[in-house]
Amino acid sequence: MISSNTYDAIIIGGGHNGLVAAAYLARAGKKVVVLERRHIVGGAAVTEEIFPGYKFTEFSYVVSLLRPEIIRDLELPKHGLKILPLPSTFTPMDNGDYLASWDDHDLTRREIYRHSPLDAEAYDEYSRVMARAAKAIKPIINLIPPDPSSLHPRDLFNLLKLGQYAASLSEKELYMIAKLVTQSSADLLEEWFETDALKGTKAASGIIGTFLGPRSPGTAYVLLHHYMGEIDGAFRAWGFAKGGSGGVSGAIANAARALGVEIRVNSPVKQVKVKSDPSTGSGQARVTGVVLENGDEIDSKVVMSAADPKRTFLQFVEPKHFPDEFVTAIQNFRVRGSSGKVNIALSRLPRFTALPDEPALYRGAVSISPSIDYIERAYDDAKYGQISRRPYLDMIFPSMIDPDMAPPGQHVLSCFVQYAPYDVEGGWTDEKRNQLGEAVISTIEQYAPDIRECIVGMQVISPKDIESIAGITGGNIFHGELLLHQIFFLRPVPQWADFRTPLKGYYFGASGAHPGGGVMGAAGMLAAKEILKDGF
Amino acid sequence: MFNLKTTPFHERTSKLCQPQNWRKWAGYFVAGSYEHTLDREYWAIRNAAALIDVTPLMKYVIKGKDAAALLHRVTTRDIYKMKVGQIYYTGWCDDEGKMIDDGTVSRLDDSTFRLTAAEPNLRWLTMNAAGMDVQISDVTDEVAALSFQGPNTRKVLNLVCEKPVDELKYFRLMTNTIQGVGVTISRTGYTGDLGYEIWMDNNDALKVWDALMEAGADYGITPVGILAMDMARVEAGLFMLDVDYTSTTHAWIEAQKSSPFELGLDWTVALDKPGYFVGRRALEREKREGSAWKMVGLEVDWDGMEKIYKQVGLPPQIPGMAVRASLPILVGSVQVGYASTSSWSPLLKKYIALAHLQRPYYEIGTEVRMEITVEHHRQYAPARVVKLPFYEPEWKRR
Ligand SMILES: Cc1cc2nc3c(=O)[nH]c(=O)nc-3n(C[C@H](O)[C@H](O)[C@H](O)COP(=O)(O)OP(=O)(O)OC[C@H]3O[C@@H](n4cnc5c(N)ncnc54)[C@H](O)[C@@H]3O)c2cc1C
Repeated sequence: MISSNTYDAIIIGGGHNGLVAAAYLARAGKKVVVLERRHIVGGAAVTEEIFPGYKFTEFSYVVSLLRPEIIRDLELPKHGLKILPLPSTFTPMDNGDYLASWDDHDLTRREIYRHSPLDAEAYDEYSRVMARAAKAIKPIINLIPPDPSSLHPRDLFNLLKLGQYAASLSEKELYMIAKLVTQSSADLLEEWFETDALKGTKAASGIIGTFLGPRSPGTAYVLLHHYMGEIDGAFRAWGFAKGGSGGVSGAIANAARALGVEIRVNSPVKQVKVKSDPSTGSGQARVTGVVLENGDEIDSKVVMSAADPKRTFLQFVEPKHFPDEFVTAIQNFRVRGSSGKVNIALSRLPRFTALPDEPALYRGAVSISPSIDYIERAYDDAKYGQISRRPYLDMIFPSMIDPDMAPPGQHVLSCFVQYAPYDVEGGWTDEKRNQLGEAVISTIEQYAPDIRECIVGMQVISPKDIESIAGITGGNIFHGELLLHQIFFLRPVPQWADFRTPLKGYYFGASGAHPGGGVMGAAGMLAAKEILKDGF
Repeated sequence: MFNLKTTPFHERTSKLCQPQNWRKWAGYFVAGSYEHTLDREYWAIRNAAALIDVTPLMKYVIKGKDAAALLHRVTTRDIYKMKVGQIYYTGWCDDEGKMIDDGTVSRLDDSTFRLTAAEPNLRWLTMNAAGMDVQISDVTDEVAALSFQGPNTRKVLNLVCEKPVDELKYFRLMTNTIQGVGVTISRTGYTGDLGYEIWMDNNDALKVWDALMEAGADYGITPVGILAMDMARVEAGLFMLDVDYTSTTHAWIEAQKSSPFELGLDWTVALDKPGYFVGRRALEREKREGSAWKMVGLEVDWDGMEKIYKQVGLPPQIPGMAVRASLPILVGSVQVGYASTSSWSPLLKKYIALAHLQRPYYEIGTEVRMEITVEHHRQYAPARVVKLPFYEPEWKRR
């Protein structure tokens, strides 16, 4: 008998990936429930009014990777999604000057030319080479990752497709890709540029969400990963969602509800119910539903976790249901958080000394990344358990892009901070949190001396807070570092990168799965498609 | 606020530009046209004296013992043969013999050259100059340039210049003085007419402009924007980077790249020149094996056009300016190429196009069909492959 507590599929976690997966399943006619532990959906893509009137895009703050096919398939614009342009990046320099880039090619060339005529041209060529490499890698992202050691026909077929695809790339492209996956971002950038602020700003995107410095090998790939954003078909464009990242989750949730998905908030899942399946003969276990923290039970033959990999495989399910090496691999999966967030309510805009007459640049990103050495030094602190004294900051003024984010005339500032190690020496206390806040403010102060006068309220988020608020074990922004040994067919675990798990009926479709973190929706969408392929 | 640059002539041109149709060109603003219609500006090029601000052209000064060696290595021309005061038009290629850019090389003295280009090339030049005794400076923002084009330009220059320009031959340059200001005058241009280009220090730009405008008043001098120049350059069979071909540095796929042979620049590829130059091996191969494509001229058959338009009760409708849209070219029902720029020629009274055709359809005289849109419907106008340029007045080189 089908009770009201029985569903075709249960999704654990109402982050954007969980919501995307639910919407795709419902679109295929399935009865789906999403269970979210918090009082709101969105996970790391939420907007909250911590101070009345000031809307904080609390964790994630910019969008670029959100898959366009998801926007189209789920008709997200109809459900409120608007991605507003983020037209520039501004890097104040220690000598009082600044370096800026715009979405206009000629303007950017002119500006970089001020600093280095050679860099102005190299910038162009570099962008094209990276965009070409991103274009070359993109089809790989869309493929269900094959397991190169498997003889399963699906894997062989995909591997073949991947091989064919690789063969279609030019030697130069393959060479570029080989370099990108082995080099450090500093090595790569030093081959191209001479301007410190330019190298620093570019290098920064190679370390975001990792516990690595710009001189660590492998960071060049992360650079590329950030080049893969696509908005309306335009490569590389970063945008700001109307209403902040919560606007993205909100639109997906609206779309999901419209397709019949039931979303239950304040419903933390305690455990996945498992029973041995006599039909398999071998006694292989399969899922039968979930138990909530409050003891309620919900039944379904399909459960997809859209939470982080540690919860998914070490907490929701007893390890005994998984092969030993699988459990070990998950235990080894690196989820060390290294970044924090400081959200600030402002009575007015601060004044950057380098920007006497460029108000337009407040509508774009502000990057505190004067050089590669600056960031590497910030990393040095973190390596030994300290908060960076002078951290890398990536800031935006959301209220300059979407005026509805703050009361008229007032503003909000979103500061992404790196490094703030999860395992900070002495553990995360209020004092440590204040220290992080102070490191951020005093860093901004170097470039905008009046920042303190503008502050109305401030929220400091450490990796520990990312864990406790957003529910991401370890507090890594991507649910696991985007390291080479943690991507493609290795994410989260070799042989299990196709969203299936060793436990029948149990699926995994969030940032810890292929193709990784960021407000991208790809893991959720691809997982839903695999679930539907299995038929149920 | 940070913005693109205006040229040193902006003080004058901004007051004259009636339609305020500023165009972006290599990081500068230049006037699209000065009047609301292009007719008078076009005819100034062909009948009088057109004054065109071409400051945004990229300009590099290459100086030093190895300056000739560098340009010999980078371009397809035999630079060692070049005399002081001479100018070469040239393309330059990557190692696969595909075009990066094109422009002119002027030999200012034994060891000093000026290179013009459509796009920034400082990096490419610098990379190729490794180990050479040469300084490359980008003087784009320091040197103002006026293109002075049309049959009356010689007379006007003789009025304002200290030395007469009568002896200045086609693709040669001289130094001269206008209103006490030192200038370089080259007999070059982008219109296929009699014409000169005047190079001067930014600070002297307005003086030269004013002197020319005053002296030219009786000779029909007319400030002309880049839209009218665009029509003239199509008649002259001159192509434009990013419109008629894609630089290898911009191309996403191989098919977007072009070799100099494919663009009809055979005469600029000096395969007999001594030593290595970038792209040599690939170009030698292409020379041997023939080119898959060729850029040619197309003349659309007027009677054929009339017939097509007559079916809907209209006379032929031709845009009054050069159109930078790709138009498919067919033989029978098979596409054999595309036109990259098409334009009405007010002088020839013909609808003409620069087209890229596949072998063997690029032979002169081949009958093809060009796609046109007639009252929102796709139609095919009969056209014929012709020799470039479409128009070349005898006074161009005289
Ligand atoms: C500070 C920060 C800044 C970032 N900045 C950007 C950015 O600018 N751009 C970008 O693209 N990406 C950014 N990211 C990364 C991006 O936000 C995440 O990768 C993405 O939002 C994760 O989505 P998800 O759906 O996979 O998981 P999550 O959003 O983490 O969702 C998981 C959900 O599962 C829920 N959950 C956990 N346990 C349970 C349980 N027991 N029962 C029920 N529910 C449970 C959680 O509450 C959460 O809602 C940032 C992340 C952080 C933390």
